[in-house]
Amino acid sequence: SFRKDIIYFFKVTTMKFAATLSTLFLASASAWSMSSTDNPSTKNARRNILSKGIAFAATAAAGSAANAYVVPDLPYPFEALEPYIDTPTMKIHHDKHHATYVANINKAREGKEEVPILDLMADALDAGTAVRNSGGGHYNHAFFWSEMAPHDKAKNTKPSKQLAELIKKSFGSEEEMKKQFEAKAAPGATFGSGWVWVVVNQKGDGLSIVNTANQDNPLMKGILEEGVMFPILGLDVWEHAYYLKYQNRRPEYVSSWW
Amino acid sequence: MSAGRKIFLNSAFRAAAHVNSSTIPKELAKTSAAFLSSAPAGGKHTLPDLAYDYNALEPIISAETMEIHHSKHHNTYVTNLNVGLEKLDAAVSNGDMSSIIGLQGALKFNGGGHLNHTLFWENLAPSNGNKLLDGPLKGLINSCFGDFESMKKQMSADTIAVQGSGWGWLGFNTKTGRIEVATCPNQDPLEATTGLVPLFGVDVWEHAYYVDYRNVRPDYVSAIWDLINWDTVEMRLSKAMKD
Repeated sequence: SFRKDIIYFFKVTTMKFAATLSTLFLASASAWSMSSTDNPSTKNARRNILSKGIAFAATAAAGSAANAYVVPDLPYPFEALEPYIDTPTMKIHHDKHHATYVANINKAREGKEEVPILDLMADALDAGTAVRNSGGGHYNHAFFWSEMAPHDKAKNTKPSKQLAELIKKSFGSEEEMKKQFEAKAAPGATFGSGWVWVVVNQKGDGLSIVNTANQDNPLMKGILEEGVMFPILGLDVWEHAYYLKYQNRRPEYVSSWW
Repeated sequence: MSAGRKIFLNSAFRAAAHVNSSTIPKELAKTSAAFLSSAPAGGKHTLPDLAYDYNALEPIISAETMEIHHSKHHNTYVTNLNVGLEKLDAAVSNGDMSSIIGLQGALKFNGGGHLNHTLFWENLAPSNGNKLLDGPLKGLINSCFGDFESMKKQMSADTIAVQGSGWGWLGFNTKTGRIEVATCPNQDPLEATTGLVPLFGVDVWEHAYYVDYRNVRPDYVSAIWDLINWDTVEMRLSKAMKD
């Protein structure tokens, strides 16, 4: 079924991929995700984690008929990311900010065909500000929750062989990638509200670090100069993501999150 | 002394009062190069003192927010602006056009941040029933919006609707003689971006309200009207109308 989701994803974005790219996604997704979750009620969320946001799009879309999109459950308790991200921030970020994006994208899509949120990303700029901001906001945050894990678990995960090779080829080392990421996430580099991403190019043979403003993301046509690219890691640098614990000290938040 | 340096120093003298004034002299706002190097004699911008204590705007804005917002956020813009201006002076002296252009983004962020926050602190005052009295400002609001409540409604809605980080402004249009509501993203300064002279601004970067209102920006925008210093706004209008 995971394989079906990958194929679905390819169809949706109407792009050709080498077999190696799908393996890359599988490998990187499982490598960068939690090794297990103790919360039985988040079976859907667990699938979300393993598919790096691809399958979650399907499950998130399978809400009630009235509301196409739902806020996915966190795959861990609110306090699980302490002390790196504080509990109050997780609560408000998930229950209020993300929920608002979901409410607004549902409003914007009322009466329209129910599609996975992923489907709305490519043409988000044409679809208007509601889809771009609220649809983007929903996608980005769901992506974000699924890529993190409590430190105890996260520290035991590492990039797959393929991902490690790609990191080496694109940056030289994991350290260098981290350095470039932190530089991109600095207040002077990503000004105001936005996200910083590690993305893989369409050919699947190179990684890079990019930033996007507000709730844009690299999947949206017209956002990146290089064209659409596929995020494999993203960091929210809107102030709401770190203000309660770090105030204006964004660099501390970024380095701590890593 | 290079021609470029001469221009900057001339503007600097004209801008000497800038640090604590509420409006930017028109020539500066329009000439970005002059504005960007408008450091007062002595060469450095400084963080302006507030006209009130950090706790003076409670309970609408907490002392905690005021302290962080003023001594950390605004201060960082000032610091980084000074660093950027130093680099600009060096680039101009060396005729390094590439660096001059490369610095524009940082100068806009930090210069805009310094300018916007300076204007902001001045258009706030402790809440004591601040009311808009009859006068030119009220007259102009009535003729442009119908009445005060309509203006408040429109400005609040537009300000709340800012995507991500930015500011809401009431501004004076020198060409039409009318006042308008406008918003700008990030720290883009109102006059340089739209040509409107700033009358008062509302900061809706999350750092301006997160401690007190969390994600509920509408509550913050609705509450801040009680803090608007109408004397300052009136003064800015009369100056803008004279110029």
